[in-house]
Order: sequence, then structure tokens, then C-alpha cells
Amino acid sequence: MTAFLYLAASICFILALRGLSSPVTARKGNMFAVSGMALAIGTTLASPHVQSYGMIITALMAGGIVGTVIALKIKMTALPQLVAAFHSLVGLAAVLVAAAAFYAPEAYGIGVQGNIATASLVEMSLGVAIGAITFTGSIIAFGKLQELITGKPLVFPGQHPLNALLGLALAGLIAALITAQSAALFWLIVAVSLLLGALLILPIGGADMPVVISMLNSYSGWAACGIGFTLHNTLLVITGALVGSSGAILSYIMCKAMNRGFLSVMLGGFGAEAATGGGKAAGPKKSAKSGSAEDAAFLLKNAGSVIIVPGYGMAVAQAQHAVREMGDLLKKAGVNVRYAIHPVAGRMPGHMNVLLAEANVSYDEVFELDDINRDFASTDVAYVIGANDVTNPAGKSDPKSPIYGMPILDVEASKTVLFVKRSLAPGYAGIDNELFYRDNTMMLFGDAKKVTEEIVKAL
Amino acid sequence: MQPEMIQQAACGGGAFMAAFSVFVLAVFVGYYVVWSVTPALHSPLMSVTNAISSVIIVGALVAAGPALMNTSKTLGLCAVALAAVNIFGGFIVTQRMLQMFKKRK
Repeated sequence: MTAFLYLAASICFILALRGLSSPVTARKGNMFAVSGMALAIGTTLASPHVQSYGMIITALMAGGIVGTVIALKIKMTALPQLVAAFHSLVGLAAVLVAAAAFYAPEAYGIGVQGNIATASLVEMSLGVAIGAITFTGSIIAFGKLQELITGKPLVFPGQHPLNALLGLALAGLIAALITAQSAALFWLIVAVSLLLGALLILPIGGADMPVVISMLNSYSGWAACGIGFTLHNTLLVITGALVGSSGAILSYIMCKAMNRGFLSVMLGGFGAEAATGGGKAAGPKKSAKSGSAEDAAFLLKNAGSVIIVPGYGMAVAQAQHAVREMGDLLKKAGVNVRYAIHPVAGRMPGHMNVLLAEANVSYDEVFELDDINRDFASTDVAYVIGANDVTNPAGKSDPKSPIYGMPILDVEASKTVLFVKRSLAPGYAGIDNELFYRDNTMMLFGDAKKVTEEIVKAL
Repeated sequence: MQPEMIQQAACGGGAFMAAFSVFVLAVFVGYYVVWSVTPALHSPLMSVTNAISSVIIVGALVAAGPALMNTSKTLGLCAVALAAVNIFGGFIVTQRMLQMFKKRK
């Protein structure tokens, strides 16, 4: 009976992901996920394994209240940090469950303490190692996104050999645990994995955070999977596999959108090399044309079609509401207004879509790179706000550029490019954008929100 | 051949193989389902997968289940609380996001 209910819960989770194929069905999908979870928890609570309820209910409620408050209060701009923090909790929970199974294997039918089945020990070690790596890795990612730690890649000599050594040590410890089954070895595995998790994420720069966060998403799934194997629980195995492959696909999409190999992201140090290269490139001074909000308003009002290209800068300046207001005014004036989103705009996959949705932009006005890119050539004005590297033509034309080969939004093909930016400083990848100096580009210097509000006033 | 091995051969492998088959099939299901998710909803996809990976709470509940207090139960209770933060937080933030995706006339 339990097995059937667990199976039903797994199916609910699959339907939940399936629902996300369209915004219309997505809410129903989330309800499936909630039902699946309720079913899983209810089934377990009703099983003979659970004999005392008081403390469990207390723990559930305490966690539930904390989670609810955080989820209701969080600003949508801080979503990536929140997700990173949540990933760390899954990792830690996996470590704790594995430890619990190590101390009381009888409860799960995998042997007795000191004599746990070899297969279970291997699965347990893998689960606990991935869990611990997810835990510290996510904490570092959280720190970087929250800007508690520098977004710059932290590289030091001997980093990769050290990581390799830790990886080997981990494998050795797992082998030792299988023969000795001592608690000290178990916790040593945890300690080495915790260290490894932090060291793996520290050298990865801020620009690669969308990949990192997707990858940690994937890890949290594999950790659940490992625990599922240990406990012979197919619900955990299925769910972990779903989450694991979801995160892996997102990492792949993000890597492709930046034309970066997954391995090179993982090895880290991207922002550091690029910054020095960018400094040299900026050598000869070129001149950029700048304009006022009134000039911009005039151009926008007289355009037939406008494509707005938002980036993370828009979110930082909290300019999304002003942007939507500008879009509304233009639409009223008969201008065709659309939004173009690069896959790596923002700091996690789909972040920009959420921010625009929050500002009440209708989702059918928002387009992905592949769907809108060829329309720039027939567009009068491209309004770039808070995006930079994803519009840099060097991605197409300059084989020496660190972003060469990365898919680029062809904003320069439109008649006029309005580029809202504080200064001519390079973007996240640390490289100069030649778009600033094109004849059809007008720079609008200033804070994204203030500039947009001034345009709204002028309209 | 040992009787045990004959039985294993007849069933196509032991308990591990059964779990492993489920795992591989689930990876395939995940692969196809996730590719069909619209890129606009990749953030909710992340938060909802995060929430459902907390299904690990099932293991935590079993550890926290016994009437007597011991190391394992303490660890289990901590894991229950952590997973609960994730479950409630993850689903609510997903719902908040999805509620914003509207089509305006």
C-alpha cells in the first residue's frame, strides 16, 4: 500500500514538471507538486515506522513557519540567493538523513549498526558526499549572489591539484568506511566533502552564477537519489532523478547560452582572465554619443516598433515597473512594444521573465532570443536597459574576445539603439562593448530607473 | 548454480538492479519533461524542483519516528525541520511567481 501511494506521489511530481510547459497550466502543476508532497508525508507518517508524533509535528511546523515567512517576504530580485539558500538546506538534510541511517540502520532494514550491507554503505557515502558538497557549495553561491563574498573568482595556485587530492581522499575514505564502518570515518567523509564543496564554487566568477545555481539544483537532486538508493525508497530515487536531470539540463542551456564548456565553468577563474584582457582592449579612446531623456522619448514616440532588452541591471535598479509604464505609454501611442530576453539575462535561468511578470508585463509580449533575434533588423528602436555583454557584437565578430561564439541579441541591427547605462564601464564579463561607439547608438547615462522615469515624464 | 543466483537471473537482477532501473527510467522521464518546459518558466522550475527534492523528508520522518530519543532520532528531527523550510518556502515562492504570469488584454 505504502509503495502504491509513493508511486502516486512520484506521478504527481512528474505532472507538476509537465505543467510548467505553459504559463496556463503551470499553477495547476504546482498544485500537483503540493499534493504529491502531502501524499508522501502523510503516507510516511501513517506507516508503522513512525510511533511518536509530538516532536515531529513541532519540527514540521517550526520549519514550515520559517519557510513560509521567508517565501512571502523575499523580493523577486533576490530569488537566486533564495534558491541557493534552499539548495543548501536540501544538501544538509541529505547529510543528516544519511547520518541517521548510519546510526540506526535497523529502521531502514539495511543491516545493524557496525554491520551495514556493503551496497548500502556505498550508496550512503555517495549520498552524504553529494549532500555535503551541495551544502557548502550553495552557501558559497549564496554568499556571492548576496555579495557577502566577492563575485570575483577566487583563484590560488595549486587549487586544482588540491581539489583532485580531496577527491581522491574522499574515494579512499569511502573504501575505508566499507571495511571499518566507524563513525569517525563517516564524519571524516562529511568534513572532506564540505571542504570540497566550498573549494569547488569559490573560483567561479559572478558571470557564471546561472550555471552554478543550476548545477547545485542538479546536485541536490542526485543527493536525494543517493539517499533513496540507501533507504531502498523508489519515491526518493524517482524524485531525485527528476530534479537531477532538470538541473543538468538547465546547466547545459546556460552553458550553451554563454558558449562555455561545462568543464571550463567548473574549473573557474573566468571573470579574472577577462578583466585583464578588457583593460587592454579599452586602450584607444573612442567616443560615444549620448543623449537626454527627451531625445530618447522623441525617438521612442516616433518609432513604429520598439524592442526592450532588459538585463540584470534593470532588476538592481528596480526599474522594471518604470519600464512597463514606458511600454504602456508607447503602446497607447500605437507603437509595437516587445521584450527580448537572453537566456543568461539575470542571475538564474528565467529570472528576467519573473521580474517582468512581477511588473505586470503580459507574458505574450516577452520573447526568447531565438524567437525575436531576426526581428531586430526591422525594428526602429532597441531599448537596452541593464544588459551589456549579451548585446556585445564582439560575440559574433571578434574571435579573440572571451565571449566569442556566445549567442548575442542583434540589437545593433535595429535603426537606433538606446543604451541605458551608468557609464562606459565593461559588464560582468569584464570586456568593452563596441556597441557603445556605433553611429546608431545613443547612450543614456544614469540610473536605469531614473532615466526610464524621465522618459516616461517626457512622453 | 546457487538457488539464489537462479532466482536473481529469473528476476533480471537483485534489489539494486530494480532501483537502478527505476532510476534510469526516471532520468529519461525527467529529460523529456524538462525539455518541454518553456524557458520563461525556468525560475519556477528551479524553485519547484528544489521544493520536491525535499521529499528527502520521507527518510527523515522514518529516522525521527521511534518513541525513544537517540542520536538517529535527533538527526532525523533536524532534517525534518530543514526539509520543511524548503517544502513550504519552495512551494509558496513558486506559487507567488506563477501567479504573476498573466496575459493582459
